[in-house]
Amino acid sequence: MRARVLIRPKSGILDPQGQAVERVLPALGFEGVANVHVGRLIELDVEDASQVPQMCERLLANPLIEDYEVVELEDAA
Amino acid sequence: MKFGVVRFPGSCDEVDALMACRRFAEADLLWHGDSDLRGIDAVVVPGGFSYGDYLRVGAIARFSPLMESVIEFAGDGRPVLGICNGFQVLCEAGLLPGALLPNDSLRFVCRQVEVAVEKPDTPFTRACDEGDLLSIPVKHTTGRYYAPPGTLPNEQVVLRYSAGHNPNGSMDDVAGVCNEAGNVMGLMPHPEHAVDPLTGSADGGRLFESLAMVPVA
Repeated sequence: MRARVLIRPKSGILDPQGQAVERVLPALGFEGVANVHVGRLIELDVEDASQVPQMCERLLANPLIEDYEVVELEDAA
Repeated sequence: MKFGVVRFPGSCDEVDALMACRRFAEADLLWHGDSDLRGIDAVVVPGGFSYGDYLRVGAIARFSPLMESVIEFAGDGRPVLGICNGFQVLCEAGLLPGALLPNDSLRFVCRQVEVAVEKPDTPFTRACDEGDLLSIPVKHTTGRYYAPPGTLPNEQVVLRYSAGHNPNGSMDDVAGVCNEAGNVMGLMPHPEHAVDPLTGSADGGRLFESLAMVPVA
C-alpha cells in the first residue's frame, strides 16, 4: 500500500513560511490569496497501512505543533 | 562531578561544551551510538545539527541509543542540560514541555542576547540570583519556543529574554525551561560560548558552575 502523509502546522501557531508566500503572491499579480500554510509531504510504501498513524505520532509529525492526515493511495509506486 | 557531553553525527558545539564543563569539573564526550553513560553525573546535550536535522530538528536524534539511556537517567532525577539543538532534542524526547519552531523572521540569527534568571532554584542556576541578567549568544534558525496553552507552568520558566532581546518570536520571551521535577533544562542561548571575558562575556559559565555544585549521587 502506498500511503501519503500530509503534515501541516497546527492552526493558531504562527506560520511565517505561509505568511511569506502569502505576501509574495500578490506581488506577482495573483490576487485573492489567503490562509496560506506551508507543510510537509511524506510518501511511503507500507505493508500495514494501519500502522501509519502510530508512525506519525511517534516520528513523522510532532503532534504538539503539527496536524497530520494520512491518505491511502491505490498502488505502490 | 563528572559531565558527559553527547556527540551526535552533526553536533558542532560539543567541544566548546566539553571545554566549558572542564572549567568547573571533569568531563568526557559520550557517543550517540553507545548506550553506556560511563558513570557520569550530569549530561549536556550540545548544539549543532544532530542527524542533519532531517525530518524535524531533534526528531531522529531523540531515538539514538544514547538518548534512550539519557531519558532513563533523567527519569532517575539526574541532571540533563540541553543547549540549542540539545534543547530541541529534549523537547522531542518529551523530557521538556513544548517545541521549537522556525524563527518568526525565517532567518538565522547570531547575536549576543540578555536573559534574566527567573528561577534560581534549579541545578543549572543555583550560582545565580533571581533577576540576574546574563549576556549569552544565540545562533539558530529554529528557536521559537512554543508550548500549547496550559502546558508550561510559569514555575518551569528558568530564563527569559530581556525586553527587546527576544531573537526568534518565542512565546512570552521564554529562553529556557525545565521539567516539572526541575532536573532537566533546555535553553536556546549558548552558555558554552560565553565562559571567558575574552569572547565578550563569562556569564554562561555560571550554568556549568551551578551544575558542578550538584552533589554527586
